[in-house]
Formats: sequence, C-alpha cells, structure tokens
Amino acid sequence: MRYAIALPFLWLVVFFLLPFALVLAIALGTNAPDVAPPVELGFSFKNFALLFSDDLYLAAWLSSLRIAATSTLIALLLGYPMAYAIARARPERRPLLLMLVVLPFWTSFLIRIYAWMGLLAKNGLIDQFLRWSGLADNPGSILGTEWAVHLGIVYAYLPFMVLPLYATLEKLDSSLLEAAADLGARPLTAFLTVTLPLSLPGIVAGCLLVFIPSIGEFVIPDLLGGTGTLMIGKVLWDEFFTNADWPLASAVAICLLVLLVAPIALFQRQQARSLERRT
Amino acid sequence: MHAGPIVDSIVRIEGLTKRFGAITAVDGVDLEIRRGELFALLGGSGCGKTTLLRMLAGFEVPDGGRIVIDGQDMTGVPPHLRPVNMMFQSYALFPHMDVAANVGYGLRREGVRAPEIAARVAEALEQVKLADHAARRPAQLSGGQRQRVALARALVKRPKLLLLDEPLAALDRKLREGTRFELVRLQEQLGLTFVMVTHDQQESMSMATRLAVMNTGRVVQVGTPHEIYERPASRFVADFIGIANILEADGGWLALRPERITLAAGRPDTANTVAGKILDIAYEGDRSLYRIVTEGKGTMVVSTANVDRMQPASFARDQDVWLGWSADAGHRLSE
Repeated sequence: MRYAIALPFLWLVVFFLLPFALVLAIALGTNAPDVAPPVELGFSFKNFALLFSDDLYLAAWLSSLRIAATSTLIALLLGYPMAYAIARARPERRPLLLMLVVLPFWTSFLIRIYAWMGLLAKNGLIDQFLRWSGLADNPGSILGTEWAVHLGIVYAYLPFMVLPLYATLEKLDSSLLEAAADLGARPLTAFLTVTLPLSLPGIVAGCLLVFIPSIGEFVIPDLLGGTGTLMIGKVLWDEFFTNADWPLASAVAICLLVLLVAPIALFQRQQARSLERRT
Repeated sequence: MHAGPIVDSIVRIEGLTKRFGAITAVDGVDLEIRRGELFALLGGSGCGKTTLLRMLAGFEVPDGGRIVIDGQDMTGVPPHLRPVNMMFQSYALFPHMDVAANVGYGLRREGVRAPEIAARVAEALEQVKLADHAARRPAQLSGGQRQRVALARALVKRPKLLLLDEPLAALDRKLREGTRFELVRLQEQLGLTFVMVTHDQQESMSMATRLAVMNTGRVVQVGTPHEIYERPASRFVADFIGIANILEADGGWLALRPERITLAAGRPDTANTVAGKILDIAYEGDRSLYRIVTEGKGTMVVSTANVDRMQPASFARDQDVWLGWSADAGHRLSE
C-alpha cells in the first residue's frame, strides 16, 4: 500500500522534478557552442538578466498573455452556450453530445493543425469559398496572421472549456431556476443571479485550462501564425533550436514556468474552496 | 344550488388537463379555492397533485382548461408574472446567498428600495423565528431552519396565493408536529391563502380548512376534513382517509369507521351485530386496533380508546367477540 502511494511521487520526481533541476542548472550556466552539449555549468544569473534587459522577451511575454487571454475569452463565449445546451439536453442525448465535444481528440493534435493550414492558406478552401461566393474579392490569406493563431487556440482548447463548464451546469439544481422565476426573476435575470454565479467554479476551471497551456503554446503560433506572431513558446524554440543557446532557452523556460505558477495556484485555491463548500 | 353566503373564491380551476406523453397527469379538474383558506391537495404519488400545483405556479403549461387567480386568467402568464409564490419541497434555497439575501431575492426583483427590503426581510425572519440567522448560508442551517427560510422567502412577497409542495415531508417526525401548528398559525395570522400538496392524510386533515382528494389525475372529493372523514364519497376516499370497514348493505356499500363499532364479549344491544374472532391486536398507546374475522362480513377493524391507564387490553387474541354498531354509524357510499 505504501509503495502504491509512493509510485506517483516517484514518477513526478523522475519525470518532472529531475528535468526541472536540469533545466535550472543549464539556465545558470553559460553558452558554450564548441562543446556538446553546448553548456558550461556555473552559477550566474546573466541569462535571466538578459531576459529583463532585452525588450523582445517582455514583448513576447505580453503578446502571449494577450493572445491567450483573448482566445480564452472567445472560448468561454463559445463554450458556455455549448455546455449549457448539453446540460439542458435530454439525458439520453448528453453522452452523444459530449462525445462530439471530445471527438477531435481521436485525431492527432498536429494533424488537425496541419488541416487548418490547408483550410486557411491562400487558395485554401476558405479562401476559395470567399472568392466564389463573392463575399470578398481578394481576401488574402488568413494563415500567418494573429487571427489564425486565435482560431487555432480556440479550436484546439475548446473542449477543455466545455467539459468543466458542463460538469458544473449539469449539477445545477433546476428547482433553483424555478424558485428564481417564482420570485419574479425574468429568465435573463435568473441566469445572471443564479446560473452564472453558481457556474463560476466551472468558468474559472475552464478558463485556466485554456489560458495556461495557451500562453506557452508553440505549435499553433509556429504553424498558423507565421513570422508575424510573437509568442513566448516560439521564442523559446528559436533560442533553443535556431540560436542553439541552451542556457538562455532554459532561462526563458524557467521564467515561463514561474509566471504560470500564479494562475495555477489560483486554480488550486479555487478548487479547494469549492470542495470545502460542498462539504 | 343551495342559497348560502357568497363564497369569495380566489382561485378558479376549470377543466384543467395536463398530459405527459401517453399519461394524463391531471384530467379535467374543476376546483374552487376560497380566499383565506388553507386548502390541501391530497393523494398518493402520481395522482396529479404536484402537477396541479406546478400549473398554478406556471411551471407546467396546461393542455386544456384554465386557471383564474383573483379574477385574472393565468393562461400564458409566465411564472415570474404570477401573483403566487411557492415553497419547494427541496426548499430550493440559493446556496450562494445568505439567508437575508435569499429572503430578499423576490423583493429585489420587484425593485423595492433597499431600506424597505431590509425592513421586510427582518420582519419575515422574525415571523419564522430566524432573526439571528440572517447572515448564515443555507448550508450552515438545519433542515428545520432551511424550511423556515424557504417559508419566509415565499411569504415576504405577500403573495395572493402561497403554494406549498409537501412542506413537512423533509422534516423528521417530531419537528413535523410542531411545524404543522406553526404553519396554520402563520396562515391565520397573515390571512393568506395557502394551497398545500401532501400525501399524508393526517397532515391534511389536521391542517386544512378544506381539502381535495385526488386519484389518477381527477379530484374525487372536495370538502372539510370532517365531511371527508365522515361522509366519504367513494370507496377510494373512505379507504384512503383513515381506516374504513367497507360493508355491503342493501345492494350498496357502507363505510364504517373502526371507532364507531362497539366491541363486547356478549351480543351488544345495537341495531347491527356480528360475531367474530380476534385475529390480532395492535396496541398504539392511545388506542388499540383489533382485526376481527367476522361471520359473513369478512375481516373488520375495530378500535378502542385506551382511557384507563391501568387496564390492560380487555380482549385477547383468538377470543370470540361480538361487534355492534348503531343504524346511523356507517355512511352509505354513492359508488
């Protein structure tokens, strides 16, 4: 029994804490392009200092925050009505609707993003449709813009918004809405005063589940965003693979992690509080 | 039609029907509820009483017929515009609001000003004796306290009609007894009209001024508790309310209450007598119930009041006894 409990901890130590320690050690070292791996271990904060002195990193960080935040908001605005509709659907239809939400997971994430490239590219399906229908004469390519990045993030992470929202909305006691109506609340007022506040735990969970991975997202801005989009995940990739500056890339990774701890801690606290309330 | 005082009715229900798929939950109900009375809808589960109540509140849309509340036809009127309030069986308190916010919810929807809301909430909480619990969350209250918050929340809007869906069902037995009197006291004090749904015949008998007994979507009898107990209209009502011996008499049926029958060792001097043997005895403290196999009238139930504390049951199992009842003890059933 004791070993069974130790196992997940062992897993975390081997596959999370140890690599993290390695990354931290590299970040404190200096770049040594002539040796392999290109790191000279040491104890210097100059990589971190560089991050704060060069505007590129701050700009990439702020741009990531902005893109993640707007994508999260769009996902919330799309996901809430979806989750609400599923929760209000006839019980025997809900499993099917939920399966449709998670159905995209059956195909590889990478392949789905490649598919979007085909849809969004110049002379891609969307472009052709716009031309054919006469909605736009020369729409140009959406691919390579921030629009495409938003689209990709919302598309990829929407299920993470819908599922926690569904879980809270499905538990909502419908007699509470009847009570609100009985006491004189119009449907919209009942929604704003009862449904919305009671689904707040689901809103927070869904938003964090979309927001946190979106900030560090690399594949979507790289494939759909092109060169114009600045995101911290892409900067990290460039530092590591293009510039082969392992210590600086590691410092970026550490900063990203530390800055993500804040929303994760918020999420944890909120979960704990909602657990407390239930008991 | 009999000439009497003009009845001031607050609710008129005409030919009300509600179907769920193939099931007719409420089947052409006509009913008149008077202003200021505590009216009970009584019946077993699935008899349509809750559906009827939910149609009064506006949560269910009738398939036929109509409801008129205080002269206003309720057809097409949504719940939030009806002059009624409901106390839910589950209480349906808002878990994210404290007691005061729960009670004040309906007043805020009316646009009542904050100072008046505070005053009326305080008054309502005073009425249900929860004045010092205003800042608690529903989760921090006992079942009885929650019930009283639900009551205060529904009362504070001074509705023309207060609907109560099994108001005592979620309480334990001891609390139920006290709350019964408390509800009647509040109803009389405030002069409101209460419509209560219950499956508990004792509850409806002791609380209601009048009640409607329902079965399979229809109202089978309406009357005061006394009328319904003493003059049940049908075998169903006689059987459902209290205990009744249903006897065949002159080609019809007679309902005979257990306490109207005299139990004696020798043949009693009454208009009707029958001999029998005691099958079993149920001692209930204040009374004892005897099941007796009679000669020719099947198994009958007789009750005796246990007036003398020291006197043990005067009859024993398997004892041969006589049952007797006067000519007017029973009530002839019309069906």
